[in-house]
Amino acid sequence: MTDIVTDKAGLLLQDVVIRHGERVLVALTQHVAPGEVLTVMGPSGAGKSTLLGFIGGFLDPVFDAEGRVIVDGDDITDAAPETRHAGLLFQDPLLFPHMSVAGNLMFALPADIRGHMPRMALVNEALRGVDLEGLGERDPETLSGGQKARVALARVLLSRPRMLLLDEPFSKLDQALRGQMRELVFAKARESRLPVLLVTHDPADAQAAGGTTITIEP
Amino acid sequence: MALALVLNQPRNDPEVYVLKKLTIALSLSIAGSFAHAHSPDPAKWESVEAEARGQTVYFNAWGGAENINSYLEWVGEELRDCCDIKLVHVKLDDTANAVAKVVAERAAGRDEGGSVDLIWINGENFASMKERGLLLEKGWAEKLPNWAYVDVENKPTVLNDFTTPVEGQAAPWGMAKLVFFHDSARIQENALPSSAEELLEWAQANPGRFSYPSPPDFIGSSFLKQVLIETVGDAAVLQQPADEADFETVSAPLFDYLDQLHRVAWREGRAFPQNYPAMKQLLADGELEIIFAFNPSEASNAIANFELPDTVRSFTFEEGTLGNTHFVAIPYNASAKAGALVTANFLMSPEAQLRKQDPEVWGDPTVLGMDKLPEPLQTGFGALDLGIATLAPEELGPVLEEPHPSWMERVEEAWKRRYTVGN
Amino acid sequence: MFRLTYLGPALAVLLLAGPVGFGLAGTVLPAFGISPGFGGGSFGLHYFRELFAQPALFCSITLSLTSGLASAVLSLLIVMLFTAAFAGTATFRRMQHLLGPLLSLPHAAAALAIAFLVAPSGMIMRLISPELTGWERPPDLLIVHDPLALSMIGALVAKEVPFLLLMTLAALPQAPVERVRQLTGALGYGRVAGFIHGAWPGIYRQIRLPVFAVIAFASSNVEVALILGPTQPQTLAARLVTWMSDPDLSQRYLASAGALLQLGVTGLAFAIWLGLERLCAALRNKAACGGLRMRRDRAVQVVSLTAMILAAGAIFAGLAALAVWSFAGLWQFPDFLPGSFTLRNWMKALPRVVEPLGTTLTIGVASAFIAAILSVLCFVHEDRTGKRAGRGGQALIYLPLIVPQVTFIFGLQFLLVASGWLATLPALLFAHLVFVMPYAYLCLKDPWRSFDRRYEQVAAGLGKSPMTTLFRIRLPMMLRPLLVLFAIGFSVSVGLYLPTVLIGAGRLTTITSEAVALASGGNRRIIGVYAFFQMLLPVAGFAIATLVPALIFRRFRGMQV
Repeated sequence: MTDIVTDKAGLLLQDVVIRHGERVLVALTQHVAPGEVLTVMGPSGAGKSTLLGFIGGFLDPVFDAEGRVIVDGDDITDAAPETRHAGLLFQDPLLFPHMSVAGNLMFALPADIRGHMPRMALVNEALRGVDLEGLGERDPETLSGGQKARVALARVLLSRPRMLLLDEPFSKLDQALRGQMRELVFAKARESRLPVLLVTHDPADAQAAGGTTITIEP
Repeated sequence: MALALVLNQPRNDPEVYVLKKLTIALSLSIAGSFAHAHSPDPAKWESVEAEARGQTVYFNAWGGAENINSYLEWVGEELRDCCDIKLVHVKLDDTANAVAKVVAERAAGRDEGGSVDLIWINGENFASMKERGLLLEKGWAEKLPNWAYVDVENKPTVLNDFTTPVEGQAAPWGMAKLVFFHDSARIQENALPSSAEELLEWAQANPGRFSYPSPPDFIGSSFLKQVLIETVGDAAVLQQPADEADFETVSAPLFDYLDQLHRVAWREGRAFPQNYPAMKQLLADGELEIIFAFNPSEASNAIANFELPDTVRSFTFEEGTLGNTHFVAIPYNASAKAGALVTANFLMSPEAQLRKQDPEVWGDPTVLGMDKLPEPLQTGFGALDLGIATLAPEELGPVLEEPHPSWMERVEEAWKRRYTVGN
Repeated sequence: MFRLTYLGPALAVLLLAGPVGFGLAGTVLPAFGISPGFGGGSFGLHYFRELFAQPALFCSITLSLTSGLASAVLSLLIVMLFTAAFAGTATFRRMQHLLGPLLSLPHAAAALAIAFLVAPSGMIMRLISPELTGWERPPDLLIVHDPLALSMIGALVAKEVPFLLLMTLAALPQAPVERVRQLTGALGYGRVAGFIHGAWPGIYRQIRLPVFAVIAFASSNVEVALILGPTQPQTLAARLVTWMSDPDLSQRYLASAGALLQLGVTGLAFAIWLGLERLCAALRNKAACGGLRMRRDRAVQVVSLTAMILAAGAIFAGLAALAVWSFAGLWQFPDFLPGSFTLRNWMKALPRVVEPLGTTLTIGVASAFIAAILSVLCFVHEDRTGKRAGRGGQALIYLPLIVPQVTFIFGLQFLLVASGWLATLPALLFAHLVFVMPYAYLCLKDPWRSFDRRYEQVAAGLGKSPMTTLFRIRLPMMLRPLLVLFAIGFSVSVGLYLPTVLIGAGRLTTITSEAVALASGGNRRIIGVYAFFQMLLPVAGFAIATLVPALIFRRFRGMQV
């Protein structure tokens, strides 16, 4: 295996092997620098999402995994999911339906930011950042698909993640929106200097991401 | 009212033997540690009243009639206001259940802090509890302040319940007499039967219009006793325990009578009303034409409650009908003995008895003697409007004495075997 | 604290298996004359000899067996044919809404409703008399308490049909009803025949345990038997309760022996049912091999719809009659309406309703609440470990519903008497919980498992602890199913008769136990008042379950149904 210095900034996947019974689904060692994107391609059922589960800390117990997950030099392999700060975006925006748009964002905001006014200010700023200014009080269900996706992005960014894990986040958007959204997500990740792991089966996603692409065989 | 049920006498079988041995063992061990449980002395009434304050009295009483339930609610309010007693009416569908609780508690060695403080009781249940020593010691009832008003001279059943001497182990609460009701809009008065024999003839002429609650319902069993007394040659045999007579021979005329009656009874005797209120409903619907109760003013009461039409009237049999007294008794292991004594005394008070006799409330005849009451109270009783369907006390006819409780038990058992179909 | 979720399954197992196990032991021992701590009794089989010497015992056994099986066969048949004929249609949805409220109605109230309808002096006779019948007086007919238990079976069917329909409804999404219809239709099968051949076996597998619960209840219930069942003799279970409350201690041993017999009778009903299952499967295969297509099944559609409407209509009409009785002044036969109306019945009954109502509410709310917490703990634990309850676990959940109530409630009562806990609120709550818990668990199972767990992953990614996620995301998003669970649990508790009577021991009474007690007296006006509350309480529960989320989430379209 390649020898990689562990205190590098960014996301380091070292000697990661995920098995389902005897079958090896994923085996890789990769480093993703801050602001860069590692694209994992492969047909559905190949174990792409399982890799995300392993990194995020919610691997289904039917899988066995080994190897280390290291973020900015911290080994988070055995950490609880909530302490990993792995921001997730799925193909569905998964906005909490019982909270307003602002409520969703407030929920994401770390608790150490205190006081209603400062928190509200950050939320509004985040909404501005995704061109949704003034929609804070809206019921998420009343937003368009593209708007929902942007709220989801704003939400994950507000939580001060240490990395982004994207699980085919653009696949449900129509063609025109998809391009815009890709640009927005990758721009925001670069701006926040977040290492990004993108799982997709759309080569256009990989192309837009620009970084390393690895392909998992089924 | 509906109080009694079969309470099997201890029999000569191993289970009872073990039970006895166990009870003796338990009472010995408890006697050693507790000596005698404290009992308040009703002769020192003020101390009883003081002790009763703050107590909760669980009064186990048949709860199947709304008028009685609401009367007991009034009693509860009075006791709360006068004596700081909380009265809880434990509504029984059968008094035997309360007896069962005390029996079970004694078997479990719970000789104190029992769950029953006061029981509405008479007949088999009283005889059984007295015989098994499950009641508070003798004489307490006659020491209650209101005992002075009780009509012991003219109402012998307050001292002798179903041939069992009461001996002050139960306080008389009310009088009962078997009375028949009919709807005068449907039957002419001259067509009414005036004996069990005539009742059977009437039933044969009017098939499907008479029935009785199936034993062991109290009212149903009372009807069987009425017929038993009328059909037996010499009623004196019924004053002795049934074991001392030839039960088969003595009861044969009764069952002949019932066999004939069932053929022409409501539903051809294949089903029976469950109790008196059910019969009352059937009279109102016109399914039955003659029903009976143990409370002379029951019909007037039902008319006032729109349960029966105002054309219903009462009648009794020429040779007399069954009559008795019902009591309240205190189990030996009651938790709130003082509270129970105060409650029993209140139930016997002229005030409570007057209200109880009011047909608007309940209409249960008093156990008190009018001549013993002070003038204003006498007037109160005299002024009661007993209701259009209630016979005056002098019209109620002679009282037939209750047979020994063992007869009822045997009759109920025989009835069950004879008329429960199947097998 | 989150590590403690294993307490959920542990407590649930204890709650479900404990009372059944200990209760059965408490029944078995006295049946053989052993009763530690209770006194009396001697070891041996003499209580069984005494039991079989009871008059008309075999008649009682036959009644329990036949009425149990007949109710199950009829209600399952109606549900199967109705689903076959109408699944996916507007009629089906309408019927589903109509029957929903009946599900939560206590058995006792349904039985009272039927009794008021079909009695010789009941509403049907009043409707047609004297014009059609010439009867000025009720006919002398043995309809209620009839010796063949037909009225009792009728009430049980009317009450079990909504239950089985709801269970079928839950199983329908897993059955490819529409595709099967197209496929079998293309092969020339009629709608009903196609459904029975193609979709029903899969559905039946899923509702099998509920069907067994129906058999168990119908063959051993007490309240419907007391209100409508035969009296000379009564069904086995009804006689057991009489023996149990007999003052003579030895009768309790007899009752315990009888309770074991009841277990055998219900077991025999199960065995016969298993035989019937095979027989029906064989018949179906034969029909399928013979290519029996039954294209003209219009009659089946009409009959199944009629049966459905009858089941629902009878109970609703009877309840309406009860409501009228509660306001009735003098009301003689054959008048269709009372001669006068009065509030007097209500004024008289209300003060007395307060206490049982309080107990009903306390026990109902507390048991539903505890059952909800335990169920949530169970499912959270399941999520954490990824281990689902296996077949054994499933059977365990149904245990209190499949073992006849009398057989273990008797023993439970023995134990509670011995420990001095009888007739206390905690004991009654515990006894109710045993029956509320299975429904709560089953009710939450599907909604919980179909929840999109990515919401939780998103929340974890946002740095939220499992606790925060549970309380701020999962539970609020599941508020609706949780409240439905609550309403169902509450209505189960409201409807429980036998556990209330035996464990409350007359000192703690509920609306249902009072209503059944009053039923014997036949005071229709007061029964009307109690039946009204029996009806009102579950409906109120469901109204809350519907209105509260609608109100809280009125701004959020995604939370609306």
